[in-house]
Amino acid sequence: MDSALIPEGAKRCSFPKFYAGIALVGAVVLWGVFAWILIYWKGLNQTNMNDYYGFALWIWADLAIIAVGGGAFFTGLLKYIFKIDELKNIINFAVIIGFICYSSALLILAIDIGQPLRGWFIFWHANVHSMLTEVAFCLSAYFAVLTIEFIPNILENRQANKVPFFRHLAHNMHGVMAVFAAAGAFLSFFHQGSLGGVAGVMFGRPFAVREGLFIWPWTFFLFTWSAAAFGPCFTLLVTKITEVITGKKLVSDKTVHLLAKISGWMISTYIIAKIIDTIYWATVTVPSLGFELSHFYSNNSFYGYSILFIEIILCGVVPGAILIMKSTRENPTLRLVAIILGTIGVCLNRWVMVLQVMAVPVMSFDTWALYIPSWQEVATTILPIAYGIILIAVTYRYLPVFPQEHELNHANEADTVKKEVLTEDAIIKEAVAATE
Amino acid sequence: MFPFSFEWVWDAGHLIFFGGFWYAVSILGAGMTYVILKAAYETMCDGEEHH
Repeated sequence: MDSALIPEGAKRCSFPKFYAGIALVGAVVLWGVFAWILIYWKGLNQTNMNDYYGFALWIWADLAIIAVGGGAFFTGLLKYIFKIDELKNIINFAVIIGFICYSSALLILAIDIGQPLRGWFIFWHANVHSMLTEVAFCLSAYFAVLTIEFIPNILENRQANKVPFFRHLAHNMHGVMAVFAAAGAFLSFFHQGSLGGVAGVMFGRPFAVREGLFIWPWTFFLFTWSAAAFGPCFTLLVTKITEVITGKKLVSDKTVHLLAKISGWMISTYIIAKIIDTIYWATVTVPSLGFELSHFYSNNSFYGYSILFIEIILCGVVPGAILIMKSTRENPTLRLVAIILGTIGVCLNRWVMVLQVMAVPVMSFDTWALYIPSWQEVATTILPIAYGIILIAVTYRYLPVFPQEHELNHANEADTVKKEVLTEDAIIKEAVAATE
Repeated sequence: MFPFSFEWVWDAGHLIFFGGFWYAVSILGAGMTYVILKAAYETMCDGEEHH
């Protein structure tokens, strides 16, 4: 039924099997939508947010998916501005992942603002002194960039491409994509940075506050750097998952090794900067504010020094080291371990910079304030993941996302046929010899 | 957002913030307008060739 829409020469599963998969994930989407309706209907009392936690699970999810979605802007920057042509084999998928991440971030923000009818106030009555206003502006504008980058891929659908106007439009958009990629990199630099800046300027929160350069605290630069470093890890991870599910090789090893190498060097340089920042904060900033380092990692059941070790060493130094060394980078198992650790690391960094900041006692009469999200918060946070799975499934089925798919799998199929023919030849020769 | 909004002030903060925003939006708008018009023109040329 839908075979006319599937890219020419591509093999896909049967429509009922595809439909069953979508229906299964769709049930999770419906669960999230039900929680979303409850929140809009009854209000933010459906969450476990309180006076301690104005920022909670949603803001962590926002920051984490924006960080891992950074693979789109960084891969686009490398492909269109630095002219690394090899990345053309993964750029479509990086853009789709970025599109899913940023649309999910906007969706979560739409749930989080509590008064959705006043959502447009942040644009119309902008507070130009707020980093969050800048985040809202850049996020919306960058989502427009991602949509523009996604459109040519949609127009390359087998049926859409038969319409002359769409064919010309897709071709022309590819021609000026460098301009959009440059605008995307500019917008990403500022909103990724400002998300970090929000934490760094909170001088009432000694766990988060940092010195910096002019109006920008060091967290501004660290957030942008970490998104560019770990974003490609997430792109590689989702590519690997898609390959496992489809049972096909979708991106060549050469492209994967190149992106992993770039990511490895970015992670290594980032983690050096992060270690320097942490040491300076622990030995200079914290004492100057009247605290000791142990204050932030003791007297509670959840946040110990282990979280610092996991974030910086296990999920920072280790993946960086694995990905910069050729022998370990080109080992599929170790590379997979590195990209999983990297993705966990950046998500954990955002957790620390949002939720541990809120948990740490600030006043002398305060105690640690731990928080467990309500099911409505969990459901609306899982909702974007389910939506992402559906969008990836639909785009993989109907759009030419991976330019190497045919070549890589056709070569494999040709090899298999060749082996089968050779085996048959050998059997015939044996039979002939036996007869003689 | 616009100079005619009641809270607009002609200061450095508004000029830098909104200057950057409108600059980015203008690039996106101009880029899309260009590719759409060019695609429409090329489609019309295709049609004329067929006649």
